[in-house]
Amino acid sequence: MIARLAVILALILASSSAMAEDVMLPGEQEAEAQALMREIRCMVCSGESILDSGAPMARDMRVFVREQIAEGADAEGVRQALVERFGHEVLLRPPMEGRTAPLWIAPVAFVLLGGVLLFTAMRRTSRKKS
Amino acid sequence: MIAEIGRFLVALALIASIAQTVLAFLAANRKGVGPFARAGLSAAEMAVASAGAGFILLIALFIQSDFSIAYVAANSHVDKPLAYKIAAAWGGHEGSMLLWCLMLAVFGLGLARIGPKEAGLRMRAVSFQGLLQSLFFAFLAFASNPFDRILPAPLQGQELNPILQDPALVIHPPLLYVGYVGLSASFAIAAAGLWQGSRGREVATALRPWALGAWTSLTAGIALGAWWAYYELGWGGWWFWDPVENASFMPWLLGAALIHSAIATEKRGAFPGWTVFLALLAYILSILGAFLVRSGVITSVHAFALDPERGVWILGMLGISAVAGFTLFALRAGSLGEGDGFEPTSREAFIGANNLLLAATAGVVFVGTLYPLFIELSGGATVSVGAPYFNATATPLLVLLLVLLPLAPFLPWVNGGAKAGVRQMRAALLLLPVTLTGAVFIWFEAPVMAVIGGALGVWVIAGAVMDTLRSVPSAQTGPLRALAIGRALAHAGVGFIALGAAADASRPPDIHVALVPGEQMQIAGRTLELQDIRRADGPNYLADRAELTVSGASSGTVMPERRYYPGADQHTREVALKSRLSGDLYVSVGEPRPRGDGVVGYEIRAAFHPLIWALGLGALMVVVGGLTALGGRLANQRRMFQRRELSSTGKATPEPAE
Repeated sequence: MIARLAVILALILASSSAMAEDVMLPGEQEAEAQALMREIRCMVCSGESILDSGAPMARDMRVFVREQIAEGADAEGVRQALVERFGHEVLLRPPMEGRTAPLWIAPVAFVLLGGVLLFTAMRRTSRKKS
Repeated sequence: MIAEIGRFLVALALIASIAQTVLAFLAANRKGVGPFARAGLSAAEMAVASAGAGFILLIALFIQSDFSIAYVAANSHVDKPLAYKIAAAWGGHEGSMLLWCLMLAVFGLGLARIGPKEAGLRMRAVSFQGLLQSLFFAFLAFASNPFDRILPAPLQGQELNPILQDPALVIHPPLLYVGYVGLSASFAIAAAGLWQGSRGREVATALRPWALGAWTSLTAGIALGAWWAYYELGWGGWWFWDPVENASFMPWLLGAALIHSAIATEKRGAFPGWTVFLALLAYILSILGAFLVRSGVITSVHAFALDPERGVWILGMLGISAVAGFTLFALRAGSLGEGDGFEPTSREAFIGANNLLLAATAGVVFVGTLYPLFIELSGGATVSVGAPYFNATATPLLVLLLVLLPLAPFLPWVNGGAKAGVRQMRAALLLLPVTLTGAVFIWFEAPVMAVIGGALGVWVIAGAVMDTLRSVPSAQTGPLRALAIGRALAHAGVGFIALGAAADASRPPDIHVALVPGEQMQIAGRTLELQDIRRADGPNYLADRAELTVSGASSGTVMPERRYYPGADQHTREVALKSRLSGDLYVSVGEPRPRGDGVVGYEIRAAFHPLIWALGLGALMVVVGGLTALGGRLANQRRMFQRRELSSTGKATPEPAE
């Protein structure tokens, strides 16, 4: 795992030596890149996005994302590329698919269940009254 | 020698807690204050005295820097300032568990002294609390004793994690723990009520002040933690949806639901089962929080004291508490009684909606926090559940909550009163379009969430102002006035928090550049010029201090630092803040790094956080509001009690209801 990461890191560094700094992209592209970076997890800092993290690796990942966007890649493509390199953990927003379905069903289920309970509690009067 | 006395005191507190459980249990089945009740009270006093003395001894060991104690060696260092040596006593795992135990015992004694008026309910609650104490004291004595020695004793300690060496962090854990552990008192009362078959109304009345006090303290603890994260972690974030924060957020959400549903149960008998269930669940989630933080099961920004073995213990305590509480609930919930029922535009309905939204949010946080663990355990490819998930799921629920919040205090109980409510709210209703327009104007080009949040914040604050104007003058007694003021203050505080969060969601500027002295950068109408970088070492760290002059919208100098703590081998950033009404200028300095032009510059990160004070002010208002309401509630209770005594002697005077 560490070795794989090291290789990936070296690759990213080599490809980005010309852009070792956080150079912002022009207008629209920068907005797109930032929206994407907000949802990419910094792999060495647990929980923070690469947009927020001060870690060197997050900087390298930012450079990678900006390069890809500058070359015209779409957000989904960049996400795919990152998932191939780092695994699904790199996405802070879990995708909607079979095994993550409970995550997306749960909120709706809680609200529905609560709604039914509340409705039942409310109805008790009407029955008493009538 | 001190350590051995400490070990003895921990064991003594465990025995006293067991005695408290048994004696209070025996006393509960007898009439009046018999010998068992008196002995139970003594046992509770003994538990507090031994745990308290143990805690003082632990602090003494830290002051002496006695590194033959494993816990001291792992968390202290001779060079550390005295205040942080003392604070380290509760900064690590074992010490914080001792603090947890001490507080459990204090709440046990509190229940025995000023707990439920009815003796049976009180003694059973004390007995239950004794059980909760015994579990944690056993854990402390057998699996995480802060007085354990190590051989050979190291000459130097390992230093407390330097980012924890901060004034806010000295009081953050105690406040948080008063909150977590305070919820144990409402758990004990709920369980006691189920056990003896009390009516829901009786239980809600007895547990309400405990829940309110605990929740207020939890609010203060979480707010301090957020504030600390804001200025200490170096990038201006204050809420991360990090598992450890979520661990404190779940009991907070349920506590917030509980203090509202308990009102409806106490006054109108609505939701009796739900209120009791919430009281049980809130403390269960507090222990779950301890499990997530202390077992190291989830590595996160906060994951400090890690030891997988302890996880099993905490899980066991969680299991015993949950099984005891929920079995009682399943068997006896029927005797709590059924709710009286209400109409959709009554205050009960709105409190119900408040509970629905708060509990659903807690459910979402629970699933989002634990599901990645579940996937990992089931062997699938791991997933991360981060801020984007919670923003997409929890935020809409909280937005809906804010829409409904200001309306509730204007609605009458039981019977629908939409018309009357709307009439009293008409000025606030007018404010809605005004604030919407204003918000769009202020945050022109701001994201939708920022505009919605800003408008809602103002909507809630306006509602609270209206509530104050209507309820405070019409309150008939001092305590009732305090309750009305507390409610309005806390609600307005929620509005300010929404406002601050919305400003933060407006994507304020955040710039990183590498500068050499003499160079400038621009941010939010301000020009920053790096003057100088020089050494500024402290007692236990080495530091580089940058000096930047600020001109433009605000002016002066800021001096962020980059520190290195050799004891802990760790770098930290000390942020420099320049606060104005419009917001905070936030500057930190990082490592030197080569730039595109080959020059080595210091990384300067500058950000502007608009209206960030609204978050702090809001949290403060919620806390002050909670305390005010608690004071009013206790005074009112005393008044009612005195009236009842008087009326039983023949001088009846009608008392206005709360």
